[in-house]
Amino acid sequence: MIKRSFVVFLLLVLGVAVYEAFRQAPFGQNRIGNVDHPQSVSAFYLKHSPETLHTANSVTAIVVNFRGFDTLGEVTVLFLAATGLASILYRRKEEEEAAEKGHLPQRIQLPSSVLVRTGAKILFPLILMLGIYVFVHGHLTPGGGFQGGAIIATGFLLMFITYKRFNVNHNVLIWLESLSGLAFVLTGVYGLISYGSFLQNTGWTGRLNDLISGGLIPLIYIFIGIKVGTELTNVLDTLLHTKPRRNE
Amino acid sequence: MSNYQEIISQYRPLLEIIVYGSAVALILIGLYAVLVKKHLVKLVIGLSLIDSGVNLLFVGVGYVTNHTAPIFSPGFETAADKMVDPVPQALVLTAIVIGFAVTALALSLVIRLYRHHKTANVEQLNRLRW
Repeated sequence: MIKRSFVVFLLLVLGVAVYEAFRQAPFGQNRIGNVDHPQSVSAFYLKHSPETLHTANSVTAIVVNFRGFDTLGEVTVLFLAATGLASILYRRKEEEEAAEKGHLPQRIQLPSSVLVRTGAKILFPLILMLGIYVFVHGHLTPGGGFQGGAIIATGFLLMFITYKRFNVNHNVLIWLESLSGLAFVLTGVYGLISYGSFLQNTGWTGRLNDLISGGLIPLIYIFIGIKVGTELTNVLDTLLHTKPRRNE
Repeated sequence: MSNYQEIISQYRPLLEIIVYGSAVALILIGLYAVLVKKHLVKLVIGLSLIDSGVNLLFVGVGYVTNHTAPIFSPGFETAADKMVDPVPQALVLTAIVIGFAVTALALSLVIRLYRHHKTANVEQLNRLRW
């Protein structure tokens, strides 16, 4: 009890300190400054996203173009997490059988109702289509590769929890993931060779608000979308299906 | 539209309390869970709560009163001086993905511990050998 009240007291002190610190940056105050003659990073991005890159969504322009290298690192972190997850949860066949004989509670294996199964069957292609739409239009509308990939993974999650026997082809997933990651890096190398800087965008960037605009930005975001979608599906598959797969 | 903007301007201090306050509250609730709770899954939930709080705080700092989303949709091509800060949004986009990766990895470690020790309670995980 004393420990808990001490924790609460400590957290209150911390909360007041953090809150007061952020009060110094008043909510809703304009800290961007003049966009036409940028003095801050934000103003620079807001100026050059439509003018130089012809990318409607300036958040996408930052994530994929201005900070593209950062995003490559981020994709790598996600990849490492997925790999780590798979290797931590990996089980040999004997271990699996031993666990099933023991008193470990297994996943409840009730079949889903007809409504759920039919609904999932109808919704699954629509969810996939929404996900693809979101990452193809990442440079025009809110959303992008990460969001689209997450939407695709939710479609697969729906199928996983509705159909117990639903299986994804692991080799296809792994190949798609590796190839899109490789394509991302190769796009960066293309910029390095042609323009002298890694992940440098092309000179031709199209017209603002066209589907094909922004140079390499839509291309990279499509690669990221495929990569994140397959990766998250892989993670879900590993978390839900503890049984060893046939090819292992 | 202008009526809406007036209302927003009028309640700016209240909005500040709501946004910053809820963000700090989320961080504190998450830290409380991490410090006090004994169940490992609750600990992971606490970590992801801290994550959400920090993200909310970032986006809140980037908000500018009466400004719109930083997307140059048709009709907004020249509205660059009427947009909120895009940099915190891009950072939070990164942070959400990393947060997901961290949560997934932590949960897999919890599953592994549970398989080995048949419990996810920190108090009973006192044998530091496998």
